Amino acid sequence: MSDINIQHLANLAQLALSPAEVETVTADLNRIIAMVDQMQAMDTSGVAPLAHPLDARQRLRPDEITEVIDRELYQAGAPSTEDGLYLVPRVVE
Amino acid sequence: MDSNASLSELIRGLQAAEFSSVELTRDYLQRISRANGDLNAFITVCEESALAQAERADQKRAAGAGTALCGIPMAYKDIFCTKGEKTTCGSKMLADFVAPYDATAVAHLKSAGVVMLGKTNMDEFAMGSSNENSFFGAVANPWDHDRVAGGSSGGSACAVTAGLAAATLGTDTGGSIRQPAAFCGVSGLKPTYGRISRYGMVAFASSLDQAGIFAASAADIARVLPFIAGVDPKDSTSSDHEDGWLNLHRDQALQPAGSGRIGLPREYFRDLGVTDATLQATCRTLEAAGFTLRDVSLPHVDAAIPCYYIIAGAEASTNLSRYDGVRYGYRCENPQSLEDLYRRSRSEGFGTEVKRRILTGTYALSVGYYDAYYLKAQKIRRLIQQDFLTAFNDVDLILAPTTPDVAFRRGDLLDDPVAMYQQDIYTIPASLAGLPAISIPAGEHQGLPLGVQLIGPHFAESTLLETAAAFQRETDWHRRRPGGTD
Repeated sequence: MSDINIQHLANLAQLALSPAEVETVTADLNRIIAMVDQMQAMDTSGVAPLAHPLDARQRLRPDEITEVIDRELYQAGAPSTEDGLYLVPRVVE
Repeated sequence: MDSNASLSELIRGLQAAEFSSVELTRDYLQRISRANGDLNAFITVCEESALAQAERADQKRAAGAGTALCGIPMAYKDIFCTKGEKTTCGSKMLADFVAPYDATAVAHLKSAGVVMLGKTNMDEFAMGSSNENSFFGAVANPWDHDRVAGGSSGGSACAVTAGLAAATLGTDTGGSIRQPAAFCGVSGLKPTYGRISRYGMVAFASSLDQAGIFAASAADIARVLPFIAGVDPKDSTSSDHEDGWLNLHRDQALQPAGSGRIGLPREYFRDLGVTDATLQATCRTLEAAGFTLRDVSLPHVDAAIPCYYIIAGAEASTNLSRYDGVRYGYRCENPQSLEDLYRRSRSEGFGTEVKRRILTGTYALSVGYYDAYYLKAQKIRRLIQQDFLTAFNDVDLILAPTTPDVAFRRGDLLDDPVAMYQQDIYTIPASLAGLPAISIPAGEHQGLPLGVQLIGPHFAESTLLETAAAFQRETDWHRRRPGGTD
């Protein structure tokens, strides 16, 4: 059974888990990782990874402005704004 | 109007002015208001705007204009951004989110004159196989309200079965269209990866997600697909594959295929369990209809589930990192610091399954584990895809079950995530390979529907739909509805 450090993962994922949640999620993750560990039995030497199902390459477009930014519309549903800026708790004292 | 009228019949009826789009839309809205309390298929119903759209559609038809779909009422899974109406993704995180733009797929249908009845219920952020993970409550299976509708597009599947929309849009990442289609006794298509633009479709796993269609038959699905398929400059993963067949079918009805070679994967067919009778009967029907069946092999298919849950989890952990309470979505009360804002907004906004998947993905991508998990899964993914491509040298399509059994009872699998993941055993491989696949009703067990799946090569939706149509010409499973109405 792999040694999963749930607290470390939660920190990376910016999730706060209650002590009860830590217990159940650890158990869940142990079961899930035990299941995915089945992959290790398969021989994949010499196989290239498949990131995009059609092995496509990222398409680029001309560097032209084609969009119109409607800040008022886009910020209409924001939790907290002022003068077009998004407000969050003070970061730097 | 008959609540079980097919999309094709409705198109004909509107064209012949047998009824108006306003009458049709009113009928659907009435049925929704009667049934949604029990079924919970809809999160948002757009009564006023739907009737306004229907009126405009009627005017357009009266003026001799309008596409085949003009005035047809549809509903969209609540994962598609719809300007001015809520897009919740079945989550507390987006419970009040109103998108400032339409998803490309939605915009295409809007300009084709389709009437939007509302947004359908789904597993939160498309993560689930039962539609029990929705912040807005579970969707009931119309065949038995104590059973699940399937997921994650449970609402969209249920709506078609219950006659609450002429057709619906869903999404499929590991089976989220095909599995609920099978559980609800309707037809559901997951197109080739890249067929339909993902712009405005809230991202779960970007290399797997695809929009797709639920309807009463393959013929109905074929009426909708041409309008939403196509390259989109706003989605750089959308394909510019040219398809004359689709262009033709904007106005033309689907013709059933008369022949073809269909592969039966021995890894599936040696142990079909509950689905055995249905698969055997399907084979006999296809043979009688002129298709030849042959044995094929998908040797790496056993590794599909672990491979999928690593890739999907990893991509989900990245895609869901945008939900931070800053610019949109749920924000916790009285955040004490930026970190507190992030952590509590995310922890309060996301449900349990979403957190499980994010943490699984974070693990798979973290330093020291990336090679063993994410990279390994991507290599297995290529092996699985190669299995299909090799099989397609000998056959035109592959036949498989859609699900291991009929719809399970609500609550049965909620405590065991791995058991829930096993529900996708037959649907995941086509997702990993990016192949088009359709589930069609093909049998029954204990009074509940069973579906079978046809999987095709990339961009072979024409073959899939024409073969499914041939099957549906010879059988009536797709016409059955709960309560015995035909």
